[in-house]
Amino acid sequence: MGSSPLNIRQQYEKAERRRSVTIATVSTVLVFGALFVLIPLAPGWERVKKSFFNTEILVDTFPTLLRAFLLDIAIFLWCAPAIALLGLAIALCRDARSPALFPLKIFGVVYTDIFRGVPVILIVFLIGFGVPGLGLNRPWNSPYIWGSLALILTYSAYVAEIFRSGIESVHESQRAAAKSLGLPHSDVMRYVVLPQAIRRVIPANMNMFVALQKDVALLSFIGPVEILRQAGVYKSLLANFTPYVGAAIIFLAVTIPITRYADYLIARQNRARS
Amino acid sequence: MNLTQPMNLTRSCKAVLTALSAAALLLGGTFAQAADAECAVGKTLTEGKLTIATGNPAYFPWVMDNDPASGKGFEAAVAYALAEEMGFAADAVVWTSASFDQSIQPGAKDFDFNLQQFSITEEREKVVDFSVPYYSAAMAVLVRQGTKDAGATATLESLKGLKWGADANTTALPMVQSIIQPDSDPLLYDDNTNVVEAMKANQIDAALFDLPTALYLGAVVLDDGVVLGQFPADRAESPDQFGLLMEEGNALKTCIDAALTTLADNGTLAAIEAEWLQQTTGVPVIK
Repeated sequence: MGSSPLNIRQQYEKAERRRSVTIATVSTVLVFGALFVLIPLAPGWERVKKSFFNTEILVDTFPTLLRAFLLDIAIFLWCAPAIALLGLAIALCRDARSPALFPLKIFGVVYTDIFRGVPVILIVFLIGFGVPGLGLNRPWNSPYIWGSLALILTYSAYVAEIFRSGIESVHESQRAAAKSLGLPHSDVMRYVVLPQAIRRVIPANMNMFVALQKDVALLSFIGPVEILRQAGVYKSLLANFTPYVGAAIIFLAVTIPITRYADYLIARQNRARS
Repeated sequence: MNLTQPMNLTRSCKAVLTALSAAALLLGGTFAQAADAECAVGKTLTEGKLTIATGNPAYFPWVMDNDPASGKGFEAAVAYALAEEMGFAADAVVWTSASFDQSIQPGAKDFDFNLQQFSITEEREKVVDFSVPYYSAAMAVLVRQGTKDAGATATLESLKGLKWGADANTTALPMVQSIIQPDSDPLLYDDNTNVVEAMKANQIDAALFDLPTALYLGAVVLDDGVVLGQFPADRAESPDQFGLLMEEGNALKTCIDAALTTLADNGTLAAIEAEWLQQTTGVPVIK
């Protein structure tokens, strides 16, 4: 029960720890206290508050924004698996080693170069308006279908590069070892390389999905009224930016937990490696 | 009841101003000119200059060729006529561009006033100031020939069944929702170009614009565009009136309102409208 008395070194370290905690607390309180006191003292604060932090407008618009956010979630949910699969397929194309499959390799390189280099919004317009404009009939010209495809194509290029880095991080000697056991190339990939590669890049891919979660809003450019568009409509009608703050709160409520989880995965991985 | 009150107020203001300007005319045109010119002194952003903002790009027929300094186009012409009425020579007019968002942000504005078909609404009036209206817009329904051939007519009943689109930044959306009440939710876009693109892609059947814009889009931008019908400008329900947008509490507002009222009363506004806005009489009224 009784704690053993601390030796001199432990006492010194304890005092040091207490000292640094005190300094951190004081500095944090000072900085945030100053922000809370000084910003409202600025001459334009009342107007900024009215335009951005208008409680009345926030309360009025929040339920509609929340409903519009369900559309973001739906788009995210059908895009994410497609992105993961297509990204993996492109990564495998780039890793093709047989000479006969060289065209696949070229395809992988060109695909990632183009879709990573072109602004997402251009792809959204081009595919969301362009493809249906070729003469498709309803419901096959829906902006939901083609807008989602635009996101899938763009994001799978990024995800493919992440998978590729994962595949390349598996040491060559493992492939050699697997081959020497008589496994064909496809089995080497499936049973030896990919299980390790995919596990290693999960945190990086989580970050991509946080980004995707926000880019879903780009679909609003071609029609769907999701949360950012709904906030924009309110902004225009009420001449007030508060609805965007409401949208930000909703986004943060989703992205912060995902980001923290990704951090946790990365930290766990680093511990396992060291 | 509440809605009619400000209208009456504006009307009685107008009557007073008309009487005043008539009196001024009696005293001699030069006197009126001098009084107006003095009104704006010391109240503009830059002394001796009138800084006017519009959109970039600014659209036909409001501003021609995205060049407001040419004075061509309805709003460009109104701006120069107004400047002259307020005592600014054409070369004292400075043009700048500012979006709607830039115009409603809190803090100082970098223009004396902004004109780009801003509709005057009660909510917006809480954040910025509007002049008296310089144009009352009829709202019109733009469709493609195919939709008309499929049986769409200028009746509310027929319009309800169409798939609607609108520019998200305009008052067209609340109009669609309150007057037409379509069966499915409208799709929304950032600007006219995207609305038209969605019509070309057959993703929407119909869109609501102010009449001059609808006529322009239907005739020039859309190959097979048809203006199906209009809600006339003098409708009782949600009238759409364009006003000059100013910073809240701008001292220039009284000068601008007085000058605009003069322009309206002496027929200058009507003449500019006749010159730049197409004939709008052929479009059927929606029942």
